[in-house]
Amino acid sequence: MLIEALVLLCLLGAAVVFLAPDRYAHELAFGLSIPPLVVSLYMYLAFEGSGNALLGGEIAYETFVEWLQFGRYAVNYHVGLDGISLPLVVLSTVLTTLSILSAWTPIDDRQSEFYGLVLFLEGSLVGVFAALDFLLWFVFWEAVLIPMYLLIGVWGGPRRKYAAIKFFVYTNIASLVMFIGFFALIFGLGDAISSTGMPAVAEALRAGQLGTLGTAGAAIAPDTLAMAAFLAMFVGFAVKVPIVPFHTWLPDAHVEAPTPVSVLLAGVLLKMGTYALLRFNFTMLPEQAAMLAVPIAVIAVISIVYGALLALAQQDLKRVVAYSSVSSMGYVILGLVAYTVYGVGGATFQMIAHGLISGLLFMTVGVFYNATHTRMIGDMSGLAGKMPVTATVFVAGAFGYMGLPLMAGFMAELFVFLGAFQSTVLPAAPLFTAIAMFGIVIVAGYLLWAMQRSLFGPFELETDYEIGRAPVHDIVPIVTLLALVIALGVAPDLLFEMIRDATLDVIDVGFGGDT
Amino acid sequence: MVNEWLLLSPAAAFAFAALALFLIDAFTPEETSGVVLTAVTTVGAVAALSVSGGLLLSGAAADGVEFFGGQLVVDGMALLFTFVFGSVTALVAIASLDYIRELPYKAEYYLLVSLAATGMSLLASANSLAVVFVALELSSLPSYALVAYLKNNRGSVEGALKYFLVGALSSSILLYGISLVYASTGSLLLADIADSVGDASTGYPGVLGIGILMMVGGFAFKTAAVPFHFWAPDAYEGAPAPVAAFLSSASKAAGFVVAFRVLLVAFPIQTVVGTLDWVLLFQVLAVVTMTLGNFAAATQANVKRMLAYSSIGHAGYALIGLAALTNAGGPGAEATVLGASMLHLLVYGFMNTGAFLFVALVEHWEIGRTFEDYNGLAREAPLACVAMTVFLFSLAGLPVGGGFLSKYFLFAGAVGAGVWWLALIGAINSALSLYYYSRVVKAMWIETPTEPIEIEQYPTALYVAILTAAVVTVALLPGLVVFDTTAFEAAAALF
Repeated sequence: MLIEALVLLCLLGAAVVFLAPDRYAHELAFGLSIPPLVVSLYMYLAFEGSGNALLGGEIAYETFVEWLQFGRYAVNYHVGLDGISLPLVVLSTVLTTLSILSAWTPIDDRQSEFYGLVLFLEGSLVGVFAALDFLLWFVFWEAVLIPMYLLIGVWGGPRRKYAAIKFFVYTNIASLVMFIGFFALIFGLGDAISSTGMPAVAEALRAGQLGTLGTAGAAIAPDTLAMAAFLAMFVGFAVKVPIVPFHTWLPDAHVEAPTPVSVLLAGVLLKMGTYALLRFNFTMLPEQAAMLAVPIAVIAVISIVYGALLALAQQDLKRVVAYSSVSSMGYVILGLVAYTVYGVGGATFQMIAHGLISGLLFMTVGVFYNATHTRMIGDMSGLAGKMPVTATVFVAGAFGYMGLPLMAGFMAELFVFLGAFQSTVLPAAPLFTAIAMFGIVIVAGYLLWAMQRSLFGPFELETDYEIGRAPVHDIVPIVTLLALVIALGVAPDLLFEMIRDATLDVIDVGFGGDT
Repeated sequence: MVNEWLLLSPAAAFAFAALALFLIDAFTPEETSGVVLTAVTTVGAVAALSVSGGLLLSGAAADGVEFFGGQLVVDGMALLFTFVFGSVTALVAIASLDYIRELPYKAEYYLLVSLAATGMSLLASANSLAVVFVALELSSLPSYALVAYLKNNRGSVEGALKYFLVGALSSSILLYGISLVYASTGSLLLADIADSVGDASTGYPGVLGIGILMMVGGFAFKTAAVPFHFWAPDAYEGAPAPVAAFLSSASKAAGFVVAFRVLLVAFPIQTVVGTLDWVLLFQVLAVVTMTLGNFAAATQANVKRMLAYSSIGHAGYALIGLAALTNAGGPGAEATVLGASMLHLLVYGFMNTGAFLFVALVEHWEIGRTFEDYNGLAREAPLACVAMTVFLFSLAGLPVGGGFLSKYFLFAGAVGAGVWWLALIGAINSALSLYYYSRVVKAMWIETPTEPIEIEQYPTALYVAILTAAVVTVALLPGLVVFDTTAFEAAAALF
């Protein structure tokens, strides 16, 4: 019941805010985002699930209601959480509340529509992570696109229309490719499953029950079918993550999106892609993942290095953070393909850590932009003197990104590297790990360089107003995020324990590495 | 057991509403307020939809009940479509209150709507070719006049003339087809034709084949499918927008229900496949119709015309219900895909009506008809624009409304029936359609108006109709389950 309450609270809040007058919308939206946050935190504290939701684990807060019967497949309303999805749900609610606060300053037009869409987005995101039936999951997955499209398109920067439609078209075509891939699997399983439930499909696939698809004339053998479906789903999700070479929509969307939307886009929406990769590709089709381990790892490493190099080349501080997301998502892919406890668990932990840290950096860049109305690195030197708290947080966040010990980013990268290094699935695992580690050096390089040019040195920006300290409602979210990043870095077991518990079964396919 | 005459009451409700409007207009011509006329039409339509919905869900007519010596039959399919006709008619009648408030001949307008709805509900029950023809004319003739209702408007008259000429031509083609079928089988009753069609296809394959082909042509006109689609954009664009909603939702569904019944009952494909493989014919028609409709819609500058072409595209999707009957997936799979086609028409009845009624609202405000004219509308009318966004995304198959599920049923059903390539073409078309639907969304929400939009008042009745359609469209996403079993059973009963 709690999951339904959570989603309904978000959607009801969205409707109320949408209909409210603009001048109250920001406070109302913040107030209405608190109940979902409280519910999700309660769910975290009272969590009693164990194992993986798709692989016979104990599902927490489960609801199962029969919905539709189509042909021989039942479509059910089936939601529930395990150690992988619960942290992501909490991440969604936390980041939504904080991004609403961070929107108070920059959003000064059509507020009620803006905050209504943000809350609608929150409800859809929770649904994506909680759904355990494919069709239900797809409903939420697609529903996320609509508010995000409008949020970028209406409140974005000068090229917002182009960025919004590019985001919409890219991710929608990706969804279609993925949908076709998954349905090929469902039809290939034939009588082995009686519903579109993700647990049923996962167990049937892992039990090797995939049959031949098609008629005698044009049959597709099970192995070919599984490989084709894996590729279709991988490409579909890769766009969302994004993985090089499907990443080109991301900088456009990020640069044009207003700060709070960037926070949600980088913090949660990208995680939809990695979450889906873990849930579908790597949980349901481990053999294909193992066969393709080398190409996937190559793409992951390319994403890491190329994304970092692109970040190095940017002049726009927001673009720096945006490209660094491409790099960070590469670590997630590398961790997944390693198929070790620390690899897959670390990848999941990295989803959370990156969600918090990139949210932190985007918000801080937003605070700088609110004050200076520029994001060009060279234009805003010496900000540290004018905005000390914000600058401190930015420096701390950047160090978190670089992997400073005792911060969440360090633990996540450590887990991923440990896991990848030990991998038995991935040939030449140490080599891939070493190259990926080199990415850290570039990250440190571009972040230090960007900080040096934007925060320190003489203050030269000429404005016709006084640049002062940021208002409290801008400072609170970034300080909160910094606190969370440090908390997870000091005590990763706050989340890693449940993540590890939920990922154990994923890697247990007979060839997993050292547990 | 309910009284079996109760089964005819939905059709009778439309007819009584029409008669009541006759009487009102006879005694108080040009004096009656629009509210009374709307109320009479709406009461008739709501009675029809609630009775047919109740009977449908109670399963009272699951086996089909015949009347008048088999001329009419009321079964699950007839009730399901009568429910659609009742819903669309009620929405259109309510919306028309504001739309034609300032116009003359109101009683005639509502009368024609009620008569056309009567014809459609008879068409859903028609069980002999004679009734098919009469009911088709009863629904078509009022439609021609309705399109021409704005008689001082060139577009309205031109659209009506085009509609009438193509309609007259295709009626005569249909009639000639009926006569050829009668000549080769010796009967007009669908059941009797089914009995003798086996002999006829060996005895007179040419006559029978041409007869069926010509009948398919007649149905293609009514459903606005290729090759008899070209009246639709002009007629929908020229017609008053509520009439366009009525024609593109209800009238199209009427064309499908009669095509389903006649082809499945009278000409089972296993028997006539040697004479005329109408499944193959519909495969071609479905692909061409959906592709042509979608590509033409993508190039329009006028929102109403875009919706007209999108309605042709949706006819193409619904045709999958007939095109997938290849017997490759077994009878269960065939009933599933045909039932999915019915469900799509049901959902379409709400989302497409809603979209056209939104156009009616914009026409009522005299804002304009092109995409640019819609720029920035969401600032002035956010609630209506939310509803329109729901309609458009649901039409595109995004999961905000029932359109997602019904399309999914249709495509998955086609795969299950062994025609996966048809589902693939449908899915690609559906993905492309998002482009032109989202153009309207972009205009309403993202663009800024070129000149300030001024809206003086928000018409209550139009808003009620639009918001009702939006709520039902959204509710059909979780709630399609209410109809899905009955639709699949209704489809299975035809085999």
